[in-house]
Amino acid sequence: MDSLIDLTPELWTAAGETLYIVGLTLFFGGLGGLLVGLGLYLSRAGNILENRAVFTVLNLLVNFIRPIPFIIFLAAAQPLARMVVGTGIGNPAIIFTISLAASFAMGRIVEQNLLTVSPGVIDAARSVGAGPIRIIFTVLLPEALGPLILGFTFIFVALVDMSAVAGYVGGGGLGNFALLYGYRQFNPVVTWAAVLLIIVLVQLVQFLGNSLARKALRR
Amino acid sequence: MPVVSLRDVSKVYPATTKTGDPVIAIDGVSLDVEAGDVYGIIGYSGAGKSTLVRLVNALERSTGGEILIDGQDIAGLPERRLREVRLGIGMIFQQFNLFNSRTVAGNIAYPLEVAGRPRAERAARVAELLDFVGLADKARAYPDQLSGGQKQRVGIARALATQPSILLADEATSALDPETTHEVLTLLKRVNREFGVTIIVITHEMDVIQTIATKVAVMDQGRVIERGDVFDVFSNPQHAASARFVGTVVKGVPSPGELAVLRERHVGRIVTLSFRDAGVDQQAVFGEFARAGVAFEVIYGGINEIQGRSFGHLTLSLAADHLTEADAVIDDVLDRVRQLTTVTEVR
Repeated sequence: MDSLIDLTPELWTAAGETLYIVGLTLFFGGLGGLLVGLGLYLSRAGNILENRAVFTVLNLLVNFIRPIPFIIFLAAAQPLARMVVGTGIGNPAIIFTISLAASFAMGRIVEQNLLTVSPGVIDAARSVGAGPIRIIFTVLLPEALGPLILGFTFIFVALVDMSAVAGYVGGGGLGNFALLYGYRQFNPVVTWAAVLLIIVLVQLVQFLGNSLARKALRR
Repeated sequence: MPVVSLRDVSKVYPATTKTGDPVIAIDGVSLDVEAGDVYGIIGYSGAGKSTLVRLVNALERSTGGEILIDGQDIAGLPERRLREVRLGIGMIFQQFNLFNSRTVAGNIAYPLEVAGRPRAERAARVAELLDFVGLADKARAYPDQLSGGQKQRVGIARALATQPSILLADEATSALDPETTHEVLTLLKRVNREFGVTIIVITHEMDVIQTIATKVAVMDQGRVIERGDVFDVFSNPQHAASARFVGTVVKGVPSPGELAVLRERHVGRIVTLSFRDAGVDQQAVFGEFARAGVAFEVIYGGINEIQGRSFGHLTLSLAADHLTEADAVIDDVLDRVRQLTTVTEVR
């Protein structure tokens, strides 16, 4: 217990780093997920920008990347991280890699949420002369907003999960803290403190997501 | 010049499997809709009527023929040009297809936003339309707070927002109860009369046609099998499928099964009189029976009114047992009645 009190500054720093990593990856991964999901939805047969080639490529990409365990993906994507963010280690590398993995995971969720929008509503928009871009922003995304918020809440938990292995490539955060000061020092109290903080964080975000989604759905 | 003119239009969907056959949804349909018409298209599910109406505003592209809107062939137009055409064609749907994320006012304003009308003009037009459909108090409500009939009225207001000259109604009342159906049909009638909007109504319910249509086309397996003035098709259907539709709202000639039941209860001769013209004098017809002393009983049928004209079939059982040579007397009467209207003796 005493060691935990000594480690309090490090615990807060780690919590801050987790928030930093998860916040940025939620932004970039979420954006990527929206793009991938929209791409899958729009290019699907029968939809407004039907394109078999685009759909097949995106679909295969999502199916290939999603099942790779993240810790392996982290290692495998290191050269790519070096190319894009200039380094294969540390927080920039982990943020890049999580964002990439999250884009594909989130893409599938976005696609599924968009598929719940009634095709008839899209017809209604087309019948008054709306074009594809306008339909995406004024009909498709607003109509799917409630489920999309819940999807982003869901992916948030996955981001926290992925960020926990940041330590392997020299990144920080609560996962690294728990391993470094708890597990390796045989100090379960420290580990549990990290666990507790993560639970609180996830609960807060879930609560926020639920209430925003409720507002969007007006229920 | 017709406002909507279809010339040998077809729509073929490619086969879904490698060995399957392509699906012919629309098979060489030609149709002219004149300005101010309420044109009904009736058919069973799968007859192709919904596909046909979706070709008119190019929600789906035809695979053959010409589709002339105000004389312009839209079949080959690129998507961008079609958007302008669609601004002149409103559409309402069976499932209403309102935007759940927008209020009633927001739904009605949508086509105006697409058309790029300024905010003040949009607000004025929305208020006008809300008044017209009787939902002024629901402007801020969301679609999920409305009843089915109210939703369809919002759908109608939205479809009319940009003052289109053509309105497409795709099974617009099929999800509504009879009373609400009547309410929506009355509103559509007003749209036609007050704004002069040409309406194309797709339905599988003959009473919808009876209530609002001036012309009707009957579709079966992707083809138009019969078309004409509603009165003509109702009073004298030429095709078995048309007759079945007419039979759903008009009690006409008894079917063989019904006839067998009637036979059990009525021993005398049975004839069906058909009245199809306003010129036929029912009083004169029944006067002949009375003068000859032939008793009759109406056992089946009815007289209907469509667009202010009456028609119908009455099946009578005749009795002249108290007279000598009853059959000869009845034959004599029927000969005279035949001069007045169509008589079919049912055996």
